[in-house]
Amino acid sequence: MSYFSEIYRGFKTLINGFRVTHKYFINARKEIVTVQYPEERPVIFDRFKGEVIMPHDENNEHACTGCQACEIACPNGSIEIIWDRVLNEETGKKKKTIDKHIYHLSMCTMCSQCIEACPTGAIIWGQEFEHSVTDRSELTKVLNNPGSKVRADVED
Amino acid sequence: MDYEAQIKKNQFRTEEYKINMGPQHPATHGVLRLNLTIDGEIIKRVEPDLGYIHRGIEKMCEYDSYPQIIHLTDRMDYLSSHNNNEAVALAIEKALEIEVSDRVKYIRTIVGELTRLASHQLWWGVMGMDLGALTSYFYGFRDREVINDIFEETCGARLTMNYSIPGGIRYDIHKNFVQRVKDFIVHFRSKLPEYDQLLTGNIIFEKRMKGVGILSKEDAISYGVSGPVARASGVKSDIRKIKPYSAFAVQDIDFKEPIYTEGDAYSRYKVRIDEMWESMRIIEQLVDNIPEGNIKEPTKAVIKLPKGEFYQRVETARGELGVYINSDGKKSPYRMKFRSPGFSNLSALEDMAVGSKLGDLVAMMATLDLVVPDIDR
Repeated sequence: MSYFSEIYRGFKTLINGFRVTHKYFINARKEIVTVQYPEERPVIFDRFKGEVIMPHDENNEHACTGCQACEIACPNGSIEIIWDRVLNEETGKKKKTIDKHIYHLSMCTMCSQCIEACPTGAIIWGQEFEHSVTDRSELTKVLNNPGSKVRADVED
Repeated sequence: MDYEAQIKKNQFRTEEYKINMGPQHPATHGVLRLNLTIDGEIIKRVEPDLGYIHRGIEKMCEYDSYPQIIHLTDRMDYLSSHNNNEAVALAIEKALEIEVSDRVKYIRTIVGELTRLASHQLWWGVMGMDLGALTSYFYGFRDREVINDIFEETCGARLTMNYSIPGGIRYDIHKNFVQRVKDFIVHFRSKLPEYDQLLTGNIIFEKRMKGVGILSKEDAISYGVSGPVARASGVKSDIRKIKPYSAFAVQDIDFKEPIYTEGDAYSRYKVRIDEMWESMRIIEQLVDNIPEGNIKEPTKAVIKLPKGEFYQRVETARGELGVYINSDGKKSPYRMKFRSPGFSNLSALEDMAVGSKLGDLVAMMATLDLVVPDIDR
């Protein structure tokens, strides 16, 4: 007898499950949660940690003084700064200036240590998330634009 | 007629043989290799073989400063990454004798419970998929996506949040956070009964889960099993009740610890479903009265812990996570040890599996909720 009652229960529970799936099948247009990705773009939040970027203003100037605080704070060694002391024409003093701020995205774990360590706010999080490339050397980026220099009001 | 008698009657000569399950097996959820000794379909021995995703996180911690350690713990049990961050942050705060504000404690607990919900939703989805019901996968991930958006808006990442730091939290909560959490609770309270409707009462599911992989209370205690696996065997093991931390120590939060006594796969399933209801109750009690306060207590630029040993345990989605720091007064720990819940839970697998069929092993592993990077740090 339990054989038949189990068959009955089997059909009952099966229909119970189908009630959920068919509810969504019939009302398919109401609760769409999927995004047709390349055409529809998802909303990227302001705090999203995509990659480290260095914002430049309209005069091609950034706020990085080359203090290397980010390089020391990074646990993975994904930031390398190549710097030199350059003679300032006006004051006649030598000042530390960055040549290249190299950022290895392939080694970065998005831990925010560099951005919290930066005293001048020169580097911030960018919201770019499409990082796939065909060659891994493309993941090594130089953050400062060619020919850029430090903003005059930034003190180190 | 049972199997052994049938062999005797038919004069079969059977041999034990070994097969590998994993490291690339869809039901092991990662690179876990099981050396199985089987006789026909009957499991004789199960030897988990670890080391495929060993990154040496404990050793790496010895060379990193304390704030740098936090992001490594995200990568251990990536499904309850906030709880891992919280454990390390609490251990360091205990050593430095910092008392964080109530606001930090409340936010940590809310985010921690959301992490637990997200982890259990993913577990529910992939458990159904392991047993052959692909539908549950989509339903679990649909609801988890809402939590992931909350995390992304407040913490900046969807999975490895890296949000608790020694002395507080990294950012204050986003202005939409409270409203989004409330919306999620309303949403998920209407969706969680669907989970029951789809799987819990289903006869095929019950036949595969009930009486499978029984772990007795004595064995659960002796293996050091914790979390939902221990609760299904009747062991009270919730750290939130035994040794309250964060907001559990501040406010008397009303929540139950679901206890089942059968110890089989089905009761482990039921414990996790009940935990989702309880987590929602905890969040509801906290989210409306987040107090004002500092989000970060000032710490020195280079954090140096005093000499000594410090231990802190928290309840992650998988069980009890212990963080042990042995400091010699320098800026990085002398020894760091994580007592991960998954490792102890996996050790009970052989006890459960011996004598049962090969197909049931998948159900056992699914209800143990293994995360291999947590087992193999």
